[in-house]
Amino acid sequence: MQGDWTMKRKSLNGALTRRNVLKGAGALGAAGAATALPGVARMAWAAGSDQPIRIGFQVHRTGIGATYGRWYERVTNAATRVINEAGGINGRPVEIVAEDDGTDPKRGAEVVEKFANQHECDIAYGTLFSHVVIGSAPRAGELKIPYFVVSEGHHVASGMLNRYTLQPGITDVKSQVQAMAPFVAENLGRKVTMIFPDFAFGHNHRDFFSEAITAQGGEVLEKIAIPPTETSFTKYFARIPRDTEVLYHVMVGPSVLTFVKEMGEFFGGAGPALFGFIDSLEGVDIATPGLEFLEGSYFWEGMPRYAQPDDPDYVKYYREQVGLDDNGASVDDPKDVSTNAHMFACWETLFTIKKGMEDAGYRGPQDRAALIEAVEAIDIMLPGREHPQGAKVFNGRTHQVFGEQYISRVKKGRLEVQHHTAIEEGFYPDEVDYTKQPL
Amino acid sequence: MRGAPVKSLALHLGLIALLFALQFVLPAYHHGNLARIMVMAAYAMGYNLMFGYTGLLSLGHAMFFAAGMYGMGLSVQYLGLSAGSGFLAGVAAAFALSLGVALLALRTSGVAFMIVTLMFAQALYLAILHFAPWTRGDEGFVIPRAARVFLGLDLADPTIRYGAALTLFALVMLAMLCLVHAREGRVLVAIRENEPRAEMLGYDTWRHKLFAVTASGTISGAAGAAYGLLFGYVGAAFAQVPYSIFPLLWVLLGGAGTLIGPFIGTLFMFYLIDIASGMTDAYMLAVGVALLLLTLFAPRGIMGVIRERWVRWLP
Amino acid sequence: MEFGPHLMLAMLEGLVQASVLTLTALGLSLVFGVMRVVNVAHGEFFMLGAVFSWWITQAVGASPALGFIAALLLAPLLVGLIAALADWLVLRRIEYDPERTIVATIGLLYIIQQLTLMSFGPDARPVPPPFNSRIALPWFEWGEGGLSLYWPWGLSITSYKLFVILAAPAVLAALWLVMARSRLGLVLRATRIDGEIARTFAIPVEKVYALVFGIGAALAALGAVLVVPIQQAHYLMGGDPLLLSFIVVIIGGLGSLRGTVLAAVLIGMSDGIISVFFTPTLAKIIATLLVAMVLVFRPEGLFGERRA
Repeated sequence: MQGDWTMKRKSLNGALTRRNVLKGAGALGAAGAATALPGVARMAWAAGSDQPIRIGFQVHRTGIGATYGRWYERVTNAATRVINEAGGINGRPVEIVAEDDGTDPKRGAEVVEKFANQHECDIAYGTLFSHVVIGSAPRAGELKIPYFVVSEGHHVASGMLNRYTLQPGITDVKSQVQAMAPFVAENLGRKVTMIFPDFAFGHNHRDFFSEAITAQGGEVLEKIAIPPTETSFTKYFARIPRDTEVLYHVMVGPSVLTFVKEMGEFFGGAGPALFGFIDSLEGVDIATPGLEFLEGSYFWEGMPRYAQPDDPDYVKYYREQVGLDDNGASVDDPKDVSTNAHMFACWETLFTIKKGMEDAGYRGPQDRAALIEAVEAIDIMLPGREHPQGAKVFNGRTHQVFGEQYISRVKKGRLEVQHHTAIEEGFYPDEVDYTKQPL
Repeated sequence: MRGAPVKSLALHLGLIALLFALQFVLPAYHHGNLARIMVMAAYAMGYNLMFGYTGLLSLGHAMFFAAGMYGMGLSVQYLGLSAGSGFLAGVAAAFALSLGVALLALRTSGVAFMIVTLMFAQALYLAILHFAPWTRGDEGFVIPRAARVFLGLDLADPTIRYGAALTLFALVMLAMLCLVHAREGRVLVAIRENEPRAEMLGYDTWRHKLFAVTASGTISGAAGAAYGLLFGYVGAAFAQVPYSIFPLLWVLLGGAGTLIGPFIGTLFMFYLIDIASGMTDAYMLAVGVALLLLTLFAPRGIMGVIRERWVRWLP
Repeated sequence: MEFGPHLMLAMLEGLVQASVLTLTALGLSLVFGVMRVVNVAHGEFFMLGAVFSWWITQAVGASPALGFIAALLLAPLLVGLIAALADWLVLRRIEYDPERTIVATIGLLYIIQQLTLMSFGPDARPVPPPFNSRIALPWFEWGEGGLSLYWPWGLSITSYKLFVILAAPAVLAALWLVMARSRLGLVLRATRIDGEIARTFAIPVEKVYALVFGIGAALAALGAVLVVPIQQAHYLMGGDPLLLSFIVVIIGGLGSLRGTVLAAVLIGMSDGIISVFFTPTLAKIIATLLVAMVLVFRPEGLFGERRA
């Protein structure tokens, strides 16, 4: 197994050198060319089957996931439009069949059944919240419908799910967190206090980061788990030990802004260095009054929210298609801030589905197993219009993708990228081999 | 009225037979839905025993459902129990919890009873999060496919799943039928209608209420354990407030204090959401409006109206 | 942080919670006391107050203070009108039957939530506080030179939070004046004691009910307007205030306004104080069970009169 990974790293390095050559050269010409010639693309459909490929999109339109869900839907629609303008998949147009799951695992499972049995979707796709993924995945496995999740949870790679569930668009939390530790230890400090939500997502942060920072010679002084449904946080900040050098914070849910504001009020300009996951402010404007104290602090970002001066063309293309302004808000409403650190993965997952279907020569539900095998065979994803977040390595055995991560610093109320982690920094030994499970 | 028990037996056996027959004609999607609805209807019937027949309004029934689900899930996951013994472990957990809750909560009545049950349920939900190393917190966990085999039957297979759900549903329904026609059932209704009078007539109402809460909680737990086994997932969402409100809505919609009501209510609500969500994002709006219309125009629920107008003997 | 400052900080936070909770729970208590119904949509009126507050401050734009004052006046009024309308259209028609009211208000809850989601979106909306400066607080210690003051790390409050702590008693005093001294108060008290007799004295009970339902919702909205500069307006925020108000109303003794106020302070404070001693989620579990046990062993509430 180890040998395999060494091989992969070598080929990855090769690929990444090629990346520079390809950069700016309209890397993935097919998409670009066909965009310029929509007429040609439409004609191509006539040659193939006129039946669309139906992608069941499990979306959090209501419930606690709704802020993310709205942006997941926008990105999904943008990517679908781009794919269709470029001739669809295997000459067939793509149709998104969206169903709200209410961010609830029971409804989520029902929606997957609905995709498979009623809407006659080819695949199911798009779930973010972990409990919905874990509640739905068993049904996807039983119905043998490929289920592409965009969740960043470690559930896929942990081996808890099944061969029909894949996460090819976004790096999982375990890998993200592990890749942060070297930067934190070298630049911010080695005595860390962690604040995180007291549920599985937070526990992943707690466990994997503690492990990784210890490996860097640092230590975690205190782990403060905040109960879900909490709306006031100051009393918990009092638990932060005085000799803390770095405060590692990650929060999710509607109260994130209160959390960050109260953190600022608590320290009042003094206090330790701050390192946060942007989840603490996803969908929230950094320039909100009360957040001035974040100036100079650091954040993990899955993909930068703000346009960066050295953005390659494919990133500009992605932002333009999705409708993001330079501040990462909607071009229609500057107050409508995106969840770009996660939602890019919807775009990338759809292009990976496209590649998988093309590699498998996918025609219909009878080829679902072939699609799974084709995606499992994907190895390296080059940065470009299809993968604007950056290069990635897909591990076919664990069904999990690994990509580079961004560390940004707040400067003048904007997030500026300071550091990219290398993909290898996020590697960890396989915990499962899904390819051994029957299809 | 002498023919009533016979007629009602015929009616309920008829419903069970109809549900059995439906599996051969329903398309896959509705076939799967109905299996789900039958399990949830068993939960609603459990709720109805307490609310519809005894007049005790609980706002925390999700704790019993979750106790069954986690009792099953944890014992299968960590003790390596088989599906059958896991199910029994779930039922036992729900029984123990409902007995404990009943002993404490029955000291109160009315609104205080609602709040106490709500608080206990909240405490259980938080405990599930607190013991995350075992429960996996809010994410929950998957019951491995290999553990979902009962007497050599794969519970993940649609036909088997349907059969298992129907069996649970039929058992609960027949047990309820026996109960409401037995003396115990009539005492419970007497407590609902006028507790002081029942007491004056010499009934130890506390003991009967204890029975109602425990039986109701145990049935709810059986539904929870079955749900986890049949659909392969155990999660904290099922212990949250909405899952305490749902059975109340199903029962009220279908008709509290009727035997078929909970099933009708669950069925109606499921398809109301399923169909409304296909037409609009605002399906919760449709649910809200339906509830308002129901309270305004059919306060006794669907079966309640039918009983009032046409079928007086309906149990 | 040392124990003393930590406890003080937790108590200050508890006071802020308690202030908002007092207003919200009073609304629920008033409705229960006069109308004898449980309003499950009460938390949604709180949420509406918060969302309207955001909407109004956005519309006013100019200065946060001006927007805040406008929200303080308009949001409770709007919410009160909506509630009164709901009462007139729905609750009046089901004759305030306790069980049907619960179902009807659950229906209202869904409708209000969904309409808010559709018109204001799913995001948590911040409202700028009218004023907000951090006030560091001192603590004392026994040093070499005897008792001395120092400023511990993090021990602070903001001027706005202080304002909230002071605003709640002011509103309470005003409410008490209305109840005790005005003709409206007399009518409310009469209806509360016996609706039938009130009717014979030509009190338009139905209109009084609509008014009370409106006032109850407006109080919740007022609490929300006060809290949104600290927390954000969000369409799912109604659950917690509902649960807490419920608890407070019961612990305080159903329908007893004085008990409600005492219970709100107790519950608000205990949440903060228990959090000093236990890990956060465990603290929540203990607080929850504690409340349940109080109810189990004193079903009439801590401050209610014992019934036969």
